[in-house]
Amino acid sequence: MLGLGADRLRADMSRLLALLFHQGVLDEQFLQLQQLQDESSPNFVSEVVNIYFHESEKLLRNLRGLLMDRELSDYKKMGIHLNQFMGSSSSIGAKRVRNICVAFRAASEQNNRAGCLRALELLEHEYCYLKNKLHELFQLEQQRAMAAGVRYPMQN
Amino acid sequence: MAVAGEVLRRSLPENVDISDGSGSGELHVLAVDDSLVDRKVIERLLKISSCKVTAVESGTRALQYLGLDGEKSSVGFDGLKVNLIMTDYSMPGMTGYELLKKIKESSAFREVPVVIMSSENIVTRIDRCLEEGAEEFIVKPVKLSDVKRLTNFVMKGEGKESGGAKRISQKRKFKDDISPLSSPSPSPSLSPSSHLSSPVSDNLLPAEQQCSSLSWPSSSLECSLKRPRLHNTD
Repeated sequence: MLGLGADRLRADMSRLLALLFHQGVLDEQFLQLQQLQDESSPNFVSEVVNIYFHESEKLLRNLRGLLMDRELSDYKKMGIHLNQFMGSSSSIGAKRVRNICVAFRAASEQNNRAGCLRALELLEHEYCYLKNKLHELFQLEQQRAMAAGVRYPMQN
Repeated sequence: MAVAGEVLRRSLPENVDISDGSGSGELHVLAVDDSLVDRKVIERLLKISSCKVTAVESGTRALQYLGLDGEKSSVGFDGLKVNLIMTDYSMPGMTGYELLKKIKESSAFREVPVVIMSSENIVTRIDRCLEEGAEEFIVKPVKLSDVKRLTNFVMKGEGKESGGAKRISQKRKFKDDISPLSSPSPSPSLSPSSHLSSPVSDNLLPAEQQCSSLSWPSSSLECSLKRPRLHNTD
């Protein structure tokens, strides 16, 4: 029974990943990260992704703070934050988030406040979606590992 | 770069003493990047490629590590030879380019290959780095194949594939070129309606793959991996 559970969970994970790839939320760099995970570093992907979440939320807060300053929107600083966000997003394969950062940066280079605001909303939304989905994925993985782990002693 | 090869071969026996675990002739790579995410990834890429890694967060720290920060303490510092330096380009304070220059100006380290990494594919930036003596310019994200290629190159102590002149077309890796929102493939637009987080059951792929591990062949994916090029000039 538990064996079946592990298999089903694995199928669920595959389906979720396929969906995220299909939607363009993730790209092949995420696969690359998975390939770097093994027994010697069994939580590599979730560790890196959690660092990404932590950094991203700081960046998003900073961006919002900069844009909310009606007096003087520091577009240059926004650009710096966006470069960082772009870089880390591409490093984990967060394709859609990265693409929005590019558009956001273009708007900031034109001092286009309305465009920036729109891009920021989109970015926050997209980031939330990514975070939720990756949490789901990691939960499935944890459950799968537990289900698979309990199965092995029974096979003996 | 025959001299680099000689330097490497001379230093290999010393590396055996301080390398991580087993492996004679394990390379020691100094990775420089202000992004913690990127440091973690590059560290893992290098460890999986059997390298010893020292990861630092800035050019300043890198120079300190190498003993090039003006402190005359580099005498007797030969315990931790560095075989390869990989640095991000865009960093606050000292850029990767500035770090590259400092390294190439030093007699102790000018023969160590320096690789620049950047998330931006900017021609003038690439040219400038290569002219200043960078071994290669890699557009992020860095992949395992990039690291394996680099470590093979350093291990063999070979000259460049093109045999002399640094050919840009061979050194530049074009990856992740994207165009902001004007591509016809499924990509985001600024109109908020498109990819809201509504239940996406209608998007499920008909064929699902059973995978024995978390990785799977990318050919089974239905995503469009081709993106239009983004051209930037500095």
